[in-house]
Amino acid sequence: MTEGTLIKVGMADLNIAEGGAVLKTTGLGSCVGLTLFDPDLRIGGMAHIMLPSSDIAREGQLNIAKYADTAVPELVNRLRSRGAAIHRLIAKMAGGAQMFAFMGGADTMRIGPRNVEATKLELERFSIRLVSEDTGGNYGRTVELYSHTGIFLIRSVQHGVKEI
Amino acid sequence: MNLFRNNADFKLDVLREVGNIGAGNAATALSTLLNKPVDMAVPTVNLLPFEEIAERVGGSEAVVIAIFLRVEGDAPGNMFFIINREPARRILQGLLGFNAAENDEYSELELSALNEIGNILAGSYLSSLADFTGLRMSPTVPSLAVDMAGAILSYGLLQFGTMGDDALLIDTTFLEGQQEAEGHFFLIPDPESFEKLFRALGVPF
Repeated sequence: MTEGTLIKVGMADLNIAEGGAVLKTTGLGSCVGLTLFDPDLRIGGMAHIMLPSSDIAREGQLNIAKYADTAVPELVNRLRSRGAAIHRLIAKMAGGAQMFAFMGGADTMRIGPRNVEATKLELERFSIRLVSEDTGGNYGRTVELYSHTGIFLIRSVQHGVKEI
Repeated sequence: MNLFRNNADFKLDVLREVGNIGAGNAATALSTLLNKPVDMAVPTVNLLPFEEIAERVGGSEAVVIAIFLRVEGDAPGNMFFIINREPARRILQGLLGFNAAENDEYSELELSALNEIGNILAGSYLSSLADFTGLRMSPTVPSLAVDMAGAILSYGLLQFGTMGDDALLIDTTFLEGQQEAEGHFFLIPDPESFEKLFRALGVPF
C-alpha cells in the first residue's frame, strides 16, 4: 500500500490501511463510520457499522462487519495481528444520524443513536479512547481516515468538510 | 432468499406487476398534477447488494431529493420517491409558477410542495396496490431529505440488514417525454411481507 492509495469500505464492511493509504466510506446515514488508529505504527482501520447488535441477526452466514458488537472486536483483532497495541489505539467516529424525523418513533427509526451507543459500549469494553466524534444530526456523511496521520475527514452536503 | 427457491421467475414477474400497477397509478397522478404526460419504464425487480442500490440513482454520494415513508398494514415495507435536483426544479416550476430552488436552496414552500407530491404519489401507488391485492396498506406521513443517496437509502435497508447483505427492490423509473429518469419509485417490502403479497395474489410457493 503506497501513499494516497484509496481503500473503499462498503456498507457493512471493514478494512485496515497502513503506509499512508486512505480508508474511505461513503453515504453514512444512520450507519456509523468507526475508525481506530495506532499513532506509533501509523496503521488504521475503519468499519461501516449498520446495526447495533448481532443478537437480531437472522442471516445464515453472519457478516461480522455489520454489527457494532462484532465489528469492533474484528477490527481490533485485524489491527493487533499487524502489530498494533490496544492501549495505543485511538478511536474516532461519525454518522449515526436520524435521516428522517417521524412522529412516534419506532425502534428502527432510532437506529442511528442506537448504533452510536452500541459502538461506544464496545470501545469501552476494550478500553479504547474515543478522542472525537461527529455523530447524530439528520444528515449524511462521507468519511476518510488518513493512515499516516490519523486525520479523520468528514464531508456532508450541508456542512462541507470537517476535520476531527 | 428462501422465498425464491420455487417459481423464482414467476414470482419476480408478479412483483414486476406489483410495481407496474402501483407506479402506473402514481404516474397518472403526477401527470394530472403537472398537467403534462408522464411515462414510466417497465419496473425492474432485483435482489441487489446494499452497495448497488444507491448506484441506481447516481451513486452513494450523489445528492438526491428523497421522500420516504413507511408502508404500514398487512405487508409493511419502505417506500422512496427519489428525484434528482434538476427534474425537481422543473416540477416545482410547473407547480408553483416561479423559478424554484435557485442555487439548490429550497424554501419551506418548495420543500413542502415536494413532500406533498411524494405524499400524493405514494398514496396512489399504495391504494392501487391495496385494491389489487386486497391487503391493507397505508402510508405513514412522508418525510423529506435532500442528501447523499447512500445515507438516505440505507434507512430503507435496515429490515433486510438482519437477513443478509442484499435487499429486494422494486424500482420504477419515471420519464417525462423523452427525458430520462425524472424520478424513481422504490418499494422495498420488508422480508416478511413477500409471503403475504404472494399469498394475496395466489402465487404458489
